[in-house]
Amino acid sequence: MKAEAKPSPQMTSKPKTGADLLIELLVEVGVDTIFGYPGGAVLPIYDALYRSNAPFKHVLSRHEQGSIFAAEGYARVTGKPGVVLATSGPGATNLITGITDAKMDSLPLVIFTGQVANHVIGTDAFQESDVLGITTPITKYNYQVKKISDLPRVVNEAFHIATTGRPGPVVIDIPKNISETLSNSSFETDFYLPGYQPTTKPNPLQIVKLSEALGKAKKPVVLAGAGILFSKATDELKEFVEKYELPVVNTLLGLGSFPGSNPLSLGMGGMHGSYTANMALYECDLLINIGARFDDRLTGNLKHFAPNAKVAHIDIDPAEIGKNVPTEIPVVADAKKALQALLKSKISMPKHQEWKEHLQQNKEKYPLWNERSDEAISPQWLLKKIHEITNGDAIVTTDVGQHQMWTAQYYTLDKPHNWASSGGLGSMGFGFPAAIGAQFGRPGELVVSISGDGGFQMNMQELMLLKQWNLPIKVIIMNNSALGMVRQWQESFYDERYSESLLDMNPDFVKLAESYGIRGMKIEQESEVEAALEEIFAYDGPVVADFRIIKFEKVYPMIAPGKGIHEMIGVTK
Amino acid sequence: MKRIITATVQNRSGVLNRVTGMLQQRQFNIESISVGETETPGISKMTLVVEVSDHQKIEQLTKQLNKQIDVIKVSDITDKAIVARELALIKVASTPQLSNEIQGLITPFRASVIDISKDSITIQVTGKPEKTDALISLLRPYGIKELAKTGVTAFLRGHQPQAQVTEINHFTV
Repeated sequence: MKAEAKPSPQMTSKPKTGADLLIELLVEVGVDTIFGYPGGAVLPIYDALYRSNAPFKHVLSRHEQGSIFAAEGYARVTGKPGVVLATSGPGATNLITGITDAKMDSLPLVIFTGQVANHVIGTDAFQESDVLGITTPITKYNYQVKKISDLPRVVNEAFHIATTGRPGPVVIDIPKNISETLSNSSFETDFYLPGYQPTTKPNPLQIVKLSEALGKAKKPVVLAGAGILFSKATDELKEFVEKYELPVVNTLLGLGSFPGSNPLSLGMGGMHGSYTANMALYECDLLINIGARFDDRLTGNLKHFAPNAKVAHIDIDPAEIGKNVPTEIPVVADAKKALQALLKSKISMPKHQEWKEHLQQNKEKYPLWNERSDEAISPQWLLKKIHEITNGDAIVTTDVGQHQMWTAQYYTLDKPHNWASSGGLGSMGFGFPAAIGAQFGRPGELVVSISGDGGFQMNMQELMLLKQWNLPIKVIIMNNSALGMVRQWQESFYDERYSESLLDMNPDFVKLAESYGIRGMKIEQESEVEAALEEIFAYDGPVVADFRIIKFEKVYPMIAPGKGIHEMIGVTK
Repeated sequence: MKRIITATVQNRSGVLNRVTGMLQQRQFNIESISVGETETPGISKMTLVVEVSDHQKIEQLTKQLNKQIDVIKVSDITDKAIVARELALIKVASTPQLSNEIQGLITPFRASVIDISKDSITIQVTGKPEKTDALISLLRPYGIKELAKTGVTAFLRGHQPQAQVTEINHFTV
């Protein structure tokens, strides 16, 4: 054990290993939680962790995918980088889905993988895998540490790259001999990245162009994406749209960047967005996209997306501008800085009274709808009830699929940073570990994990962590004994040929929870729901709640694949 | 359309893999790529010849290249005043009798014979791709036994005509 509480790598003179140095560097950059799993190539690092008195937690998952999804959840709700540690070979390859997920959804992660010793790299050694090669296309950047003297610079650089500009995952592959190397020298920590200088301040000319366009607009709409959350620009966004009374459409991942219950909110846009939101995107004459990337699940068929609009796009990543949708007013900037510039800019009030009234009429005429059944629980109604009992204040995480869309539709978010969902990659098994990460990031706050019965089974091994760390997460399983979204598409587009989408055999989730020492509940009828929710949310500890929802319920409204944003089906009963 | 793109990059491990991997993933067609060190230590230059369908695609390509952490500067130099050269090595089947004929053929191309054996002759030619291609097709009837090309490397001429300056407007960002 070291005597000092917080040794600086530059000041200690006693020889230490590369692994010791790594732990010290992690302390220096302010890491408070590491999600990881040990193995051969990271033994020296785990040994250093054991010997150190570093003031951070190591959270041992039960599968590396659990670690990385947890780190994503942590990053999403804290804005801080999630840190992952895994061994070489299978440890590293088990992270791949999470790394890709983080790349798609721009989450800041720094991932440390062990690697076989330098002298055997390239020989197909035991548990060797080409981590650099595998992760190059799915990371913002990656490194293999070739010399111990590079380690401090690489670690600092990695955290810088992961958290600035458009955030993303960075992998550092550390050969075992590097973490074993003894050294007492102090090494360079400064770095210079001439090729990485993200533009954060908007070009004033483009701000003028955007201001002029807004002054002239008769049908303006703002599309608010996750970029607003990353740049912590929610206050500026609210001020801006309220000042000019601009209707706001949220992307799936942008939910919470603007209060969902604000009268200016049109809800979520896209495949399962609200009719009002999608028609606003279709009919608008000025579309101001702030921090969204015009994903195909949002735009539908590009031919019909905002066909009459002048498109302005504020994004910190220039490559997103004009990628999918031709853009007349490109603003490469941090969302906060762009909004601040817009707030200072002289803009005449757009004359859009008629437009606002039209949208209001749509809202009243075409609200989200659902049906109830006597046999099972209506998923939409259940989510409304969960929203009620949690005052809409909970941190909510989901997987991908029907439950995700229903949660996005019915768990109206008024606060930012309370929503972690796998958007771009659409990874099943994401939500539950993400909830664990979120709870570590925001201890003391209510975290609700919402999954389907399919997705939950992809990472249910992480239940052990709820017991081990006494995490009071409420695990809601929306159980329809099916891979609901796959089943829905098979019903709608494959003549009800339910190929491998019905999960007729499922474990007893109550017993499963109990086997981990966690309280389990099964709720089959709507009549039981309210009392059950009272119990779940009053209970001081984790609960796994198996809600039996209507098996053949579909998510509506919907833009069918290949269709335009104005061609929604299932808009009304 | 064919575009010539140059990228100045930090010579870090895996940089070529990053660039070609990205181009492949995003379905850009690389016709040739050449890489080498520059006058500055640690900085390399890549010259890519790519085939793209429209301006939007080339803009996306340059932006994606620029986004790479190791890429310092990207230029589409196709419409600029440039010098562009590639080198080709061509081994042609030849007898001592034919050798003279072939040597006569290559003279206007300022190509040179760099190896000769009893049944073949190896020619080196440097120039624009059109020139090397022209020579290759002239030599084809003799029977090309082996052909290797470096791909184009290029940069801007020292003096750019004034009209070219407006080119910058092509880029929206």
